[in-house]
Amino acid sequence: MTATRIARTYRGARAAAGPLVYLSGAQRAALGEWVTLNAPGQPPLRGQIIEAGHDVSVVQVLEDTLGLAPAGIEITLTGELANAVVGRDLLGRALSGAQDPRDGQPRPIGEAIRPLWGAPLNPTRRLPPSDFIETGISAIDGMNTLVRGQKLPVFSGPGLPALELAATIVENARAPRGEPFAVVFCAIGITERETRTFLDRFAASGALERSVLYLNQAQDPTIERLLAPRAALACAEHLAFVHGLHVLVVLADITHYCEALREVAAAREEVPGRRGYPGYMYTDLASLFERAGVVKDKPGSVTQLPILTMPDDDITHPIPDLTGYITEGQVVLSRELHRRGIFPPVDVLPSLSRLMNAGIGKGRTVPEHRIWADQLYAIYARGREARMMVAIVGEAGLSPADRRALALAEAFERELIHQGTKRRTIDETLEAGWKLMDRVPREDLIKLSDQLLASRQEQRAAAKKKEA
Amino acid sequence: MSPLKKNAPRLTRVVGALAEATGMREAKLNELVRIGDSGLLAEVLRITGDRATLQVFEETMGVALEEPLTREGLPLAVELGPGLLGSVIDGIGRPLTELAVRSGDFLLPGADAPTIDRARRFAFTPTISEGATIGPGDVVGTVVERGAFEHRILVPPDRQGVIAKLFAGERTVEEPIAELTDGSTLFLTHRWPVRRPRPIAARLDASRPFLTGQRVFDFLFPIAEGGTVAVPGGFGTGKTVIEQSLAKYAEADVVVYIGCGERGNEMAEVLHEFGRLKDPRTGRAVLDRTVLVVNTSNMPVAARESSIYLGLTIAEYFRDQGYRAAVMADSLSRWAEALREIGSRLQEMPGEEGYPTYLASRAAKLHERAGRVRCLGAGNREGSVTLISAVSPPGGDFSEPVTQACLRVAGALWALDPALAHQRQFPAVDWHTSYSLYSEAMGAAFDASCDPGWSKARATIVELLQRDGELREVASVVGPEALEDPDRLLLQASAIIREIVLGQSAYDVNDAYSPPAKTYRLARVSLELFEAGKAALKKGATYGELDLSGARRALAMMRDAPAVDFEARANDVTARITGLWRGASS
Repeated sequence: MTATRIARTYRGARAAAGPLVYLSGAQRAALGEWVTLNAPGQPPLRGQIIEAGHDVSVVQVLEDTLGLAPAGIEITLTGELANAVVGRDLLGRALSGAQDPRDGQPRPIGEAIRPLWGAPLNPTRRLPPSDFIETGISAIDGMNTLVRGQKLPVFSGPGLPALELAATIVENARAPRGEPFAVVFCAIGITERETRTFLDRFAASGALERSVLYLNQAQDPTIERLLAPRAALACAEHLAFVHGLHVLVVLADITHYCEALREVAAAREEVPGRRGYPGYMYTDLASLFERAGVVKDKPGSVTQLPILTMPDDDITHPIPDLTGYITEGQVVLSRELHRRGIFPPVDVLPSLSRLMNAGIGKGRTVPEHRIWADQLYAIYARGREARMMVAIVGEAGLSPADRRALALAEAFERELIHQGTKRRTIDETLEAGWKLMDRVPREDLIKLSDQLLASRQEQRAAAKKKEA
Repeated sequence: MSPLKKNAPRLTRVVGALAEATGMREAKLNELVRIGDSGLLAEVLRITGDRATLQVFEETMGVALEEPLTREGLPLAVELGPGLLGSVIDGIGRPLTELAVRSGDFLLPGADAPTIDRARRFAFTPTISEGATIGPGDVVGTVVERGAFEHRILVPPDRQGVIAKLFAGERTVEEPIAELTDGSTLFLTHRWPVRRPRPIAARLDASRPFLTGQRVFDFLFPIAEGGTVAVPGGFGTGKTVIEQSLAKYAEADVVVYIGCGERGNEMAEVLHEFGRLKDPRTGRAVLDRTVLVVNTSNMPVAARESSIYLGLTIAEYFRDQGYRAAVMADSLSRWAEALREIGSRLQEMPGEEGYPTYLASRAAKLHERAGRVRCLGAGNREGSVTLISAVSPPGGDFSEPVTQACLRVAGALWALDPALAHQRQFPAVDWHTSYSLYSEAMGAAFDASCDPGWSKARATIVELLQRDGELREVASVVGPEALEDPDRLLLQASAIIREIVLGQSAYDVNDAYSPPAKTYRLARVSLELFEAGKAALKKGATYGELDLSGARRALAMMRDAPAVDFEARANDVTARITGLWRGASS
């Protein structure tokens, strides 16, 4: 397929528009073929064929096409597909979306070259994800457990601290048995300020040396945004499946990625789908998100934590909507909690980790984890209902039971969800939850069996004795 | 064929999953074509003069212009025969386990292997004798598969003749099992084009319930064997869990599970779990009755479109043997999106939301492939294909084209509601919007087969839930305390029914599958509780004096009890109901 053919050079393109250059008569042009464009007196540009045709082939140019004169350029079809250089030596490095060094050091040599467009993993070779990752965050570890090989996006809104949450997770995440762990961070169109914050925290926590950074910032070429996550994932797959590392891939921000996709689709005058996004956006996003998983007989894993900003906090917007259909759950941030100073402001009601059951329970966390989470969820949901009632009938109009539920929901947010930047182990998280439930009358704990409560009493008594 | 020959077929354009070629004057619509040295599979969609437009079933990245093409002469077909059960194939019929052996962990373009292993031997036992006249659909013999399944070997629908010779015993799929007097041969397998429904003798009416083992479906919105149901729901409403529960526990002889454009990890989980779980009726592994058709969201889009037809053809094949087949299609939205993607690349005039204008007619056609039938061939066999299709409406909005196209043809709607999913009510079926056109006929069937009170109990609960919806609206404004006592009791009783009768955990060992007798008993006992409460109020009790929480807990324990303890638990609930109101005895 990717048999390297010889390079061919042509002079003059037929047309140029935005990031696209139209070329006629390109012999044996291949879909996805890598192209270089040279204009006299200008640095060379790079691009790739996104439509191969006898009459006309379309080249998507990576860099800015400002000042490009189509008639005068020299176009070389390299005979190669877009590749990613991968290897352990990339750990600790920062590269651009086009894989150029961004840290002033020489270009990494790498151990292998992988096609940027990774082939799909054979579903029969996948191992069902089953190990939990301790992120140190109660809202996730306790209520929406992240599992190795999972793709769990953070649904954020403009101005919400999604990146801070991601940074906290990167600093604190641990594989359960201390296995080798690495982070691949891919910035897609985020601002200088956001990048800086993230990198500073990385450097301060010492997470940098076990990380590979792919940085495409807001001022960088749009098209690079489509390549950066793929380079990042190729690298992650190599670290995971060749070197056996457990790799956490953070992609921020998927919204910028989708906008770049729309930009190219519009430049090609394609039939737009919902809100102008192309009809193939689901397939395209799947080709990113599905590159997470665990492979049979291979030690490592790729786990994804994509971050996306819901435009106007709208969860039905095509970007969060299509993402939610592909990913295995979502962590939803809440503006209301953020305003009240809760960090991380995770709203557990719409949040969900679909693989949670596979990662918790006996031998992983604790046997009663599921019931613990269900009971807390029910208590909190009840309290939130009461909070809505307050808006209608006023607090005085509430029944005593509702007033109690309301107080519990407040406590849930202040004591369990809120933790600042402090790391909590899974045991600390579970204990915080139990403490909350100790205040709930027995008849409201409908999900807990007498037996479980009795063993909880015993545990508490034992702990007290120990203290004394 | 030399690639230098002037009018030999060759590629002139590649974009996404679409390609164009010249030298295709002789091509036929839907004919298969192989591209280049690696032999990528493609299908002809359009022919204009000597140019043809193709949809490519494999990844096109790296495909170059001028690559030579080979026409196969035949449309996309699937090989049908023993060996399908328990296997995992992709949208064009390639066995994924075998591909992994041949080309490793990742799916590489051009990799190929026959659907059924050429080296595998099956013990063929003829059921007819030499000299017998055979016609389309006749059974010529059997192969016992996966320990206990009797796979009936059929005469292909387009063949007939007189048997000259039979070859009993261990055969591979390449060795003939019979010779006809005209010199032609029959094999264990035959191929059938996936886009053409397999012929039948007659359609039968939908009169038998398709037991799902899920209370909310069997009790409130039952479907018939050979029926169709659309299951739309936004993400996180539990479509896939429902499809999986049905694949595991529904009463069917064969299940074809189509993972169409969905998650890879889910497929891994299905494979893992189905191999481990036992079918509650036969005690054999669920995987032994399952064929998995898998085209995950990152696999080529054209093969996603074909996977639905491939799965339906396999189900029809088992139907033709006289079995009850069920198809779980997860999800039809991804199939429709594949149509849209290919349609827009073809620059077709788009219909609603960019979907091609033929979306509705294609959806109707594929739903009509379900049904209960009298099979072709001697022996008066009856078989069925029941179709349960998940739909993933964008933003959870049911007014979108795919949901609407399915609703126009499906016999039932199981609408999933994100609000219920947030309340952790599973299955999150919205009982106010869902419906089943089969419910009356199936109610009568349950009255006859399970308990004569079934239909009546169902009607009472439907009414109760309706009233509950209205009352809750009122309560959300004035608060539940402001309601009359009988209404507060009703709210409480319907909360119990929602939690205990309609709610069912797919992960609870004892409750993941609920046989009709259990379903009815739980519904009946819940209603008794409500009646007892009403009677107490009439006798002068106040709502506050009723102790419903004990009965509620007893009901929950009854629901979650293993089958052996069920009776004892049920008695416990009855005792609680008697002690509902302490003032009752005085």
